[in-house]
Amino acid sequence: MANSMDKSPQELYQERVQRIKDAVALKTPDRVPVFGPYQLFPYLYAGVTLREAMNDYAAARRACHKFLDDFQPDCDFGPILAYPAKPMETLGLKWFKWPGHGLGDNTIYQYVEGEYMTADEYDEFIFDPSDFMLTKWVPRSFEGLKGFAHFPTQRRMMWSGWMGLGAFASGEMQESFRVAVEAGKQINEWWASIAQYNSEAMAKGFPIAYAAFDWPPFDIIGDTLRGTRGILGDIRRRPDKLLQALEIATRIFIEYGSGAAGAELPLCWVWVHKGTRNFMSDEQFKTFYWPFLRRGLLALIEKGIIPVVYWEADIENRLEHIVDIPPGKAIYHIAQTDIAKAKAVLGGTVCIMGNVPNALLLAGTPDDVKAYCKMAIDVAGKDGGYIMDTAVMLDEAKPENVKAMFEFTREYGVYR
Amino acid sequence: MSTKQQLIDAIADMREDEALQLAQQLLEAGTAPMEILEACRDAMAIVGQRYEQGEYFLPELVIAGDMLTAIGERIKPLLQAQAVSTAKKGKVVIGTVQGDIHDIGKDIVAFMLDVSGYEVIDLGVDVPASAFVDKLQESQAGILALSGFLTLAFDQMKHTVEAVREAGLRDRVKIMIGGAIMDDSVRHYIGADAYGPDATAAVRLANLWTGG
Repeated sequence: MANSMDKSPQELYQERVQRIKDAVALKTPDRVPVFGPYQLFPYLYAGVTLREAMNDYAAARRACHKFLDDFQPDCDFGPILAYPAKPMETLGLKWFKWPGHGLGDNTIYQYVEGEYMTADEYDEFIFDPSDFMLTKWVPRSFEGLKGFAHFPTQRRMMWSGWMGLGAFASGEMQESFRVAVEAGKQINEWWASIAQYNSEAMAKGFPIAYAAFDWPPFDIIGDTLRGTRGILGDIRRRPDKLLQALEIATRIFIEYGSGAAGAELPLCWVWVHKGTRNFMSDEQFKTFYWPFLRRGLLALIEKGIIPVVYWEADIENRLEHIVDIPPGKAIYHIAQTDIAKAKAVLGGTVCIMGNVPNALLLAGTPDDVKAYCKMAIDVAGKDGGYIMDTAVMLDEAKPENVKAMFEFTREYGVYR
Repeated sequence: MSTKQQLIDAIADMREDEALQLAQQLLEAGTAPMEILEACRDAMAIVGQRYEQGEYFLPELVIAGDMLTAIGERIKPLLQAQAVSTAKKGKVVIGTVQGDIHDIGKDIVAFMLDVSGYEVIDLGVDVPASAFVDKLQESQAGILALSGFLTLAFDQMKHTVEAVREAGLRDRVKIMIGGAIMDDSVRHYIGADAYGPDATAAVRLANLWTGG
């Protein structure tokens, strides 16, 4: 392989895109690709606190550039995972805690569990999800937008329906509009920073690792609407309503992911939260989780999108079900799953990614990390179809261990 | 079949509405509140077994927990008149370590320990090391269960174990850890006594340590 120093950024860019596309297509690429979605690590590494990164977008870009230059991933996330604190404050976002807002300066933001849709609201959601979100979910989620609870029902605007527009004159509604405008401007500042970073990274020869983010239908209902306890109880208490809502959520899933269509590297990350081993029985998984996710994945694949399903915990007992998708079209990221078993079942169907234990990256030595990576390349990387990555998103880790993962993969992961 | 047995079956088989009705019927028929609670405990033992055998999962534990709470709320006011002292197998102090606010796994472990006969002192989430130490001293509990979902929990747990040692409690307190990305290598790093992958393991460890 020619020294990467001899190649132009454009050549390196194309080489990296091809490497990933070959791995996905289950062909043998020039070598095992290595990259991942890292949360806190790039900032810890660069000495920028997460609080700074979420408030000072230039500092976030600087940290991500340092990570890019020093680790040379095949694909890059950049600062997208350092969410913008200013609009979160302006909106009064209730379902997150973040540095400076309930958490310490270098603590990763965390979700606040709750029932943001009550059990008796399924019918309302199923009838008109947009109206439900606007008048119920949004006011409950954002203190600054609570006036939208009175937003006139748009589906009844025809004939005399427009006469309900009087609601806009209320002080509470005007305040919510003011907050929305202010937050909108602040969010655009952040997006401008993301766009700036992405074009800078691409100019250096690094493809952007995401074209869309998505959530499985079950998690769309479970994470931010019903909450974990809520939806797990609903499986037994109101299965029919849940199934109806999952039909709606499947359409929302396809809509979220479709933004990736047409991108040069159309990776759509699907964050799996409650489908893994311990959450539900196999029967429940086959009824409530997998059929809807599968249908959504097929729709995205149909549009030429590459879903990266981020299975976030042990899925060994799900392998026989989730193998049922067209071959060479998707990436399954795995964590805490026996990688040999995963390869044996999924190998001919999907590109496997991940599984380097985060505990090893924090508490182990570079030699421990190399030994794991060697095993992963030998087992999962045999004849292609594997991408090296951490088991779950990387926060705290020893930089020398992370370097060992990248450097070892670049050396040992070459297909000869 | 006695109404009490019907209650046990209804809870164990997840017939929630029926279970609440049966508990009410028993109360109205003058059954001693303690007897109803004992029936609940028997039912929870069956739920625990089914969970351990892989027949039940989190949906069933959530519903079982809700049934227990609902029946408990009706019965507890009546219990205060009587001096209730049920023999407990031991005390467990549990919590999610500082900086981490994840509670679902911790709650399930607390629930399973509780229905398995332990007095569970739940300190909640984002718990500093000093709060664990204070509670261990005050309660004289012999078991500490630390939960964490994030990598930051590794160092927080290590710090907590050290604080327990500095307070001179390490010899009499057994420490277990659990949470999404924990494993035995993390346990070693932290210096805890054991790692458990699920709530059943937590109960097994506690039984082992207390001889219960």
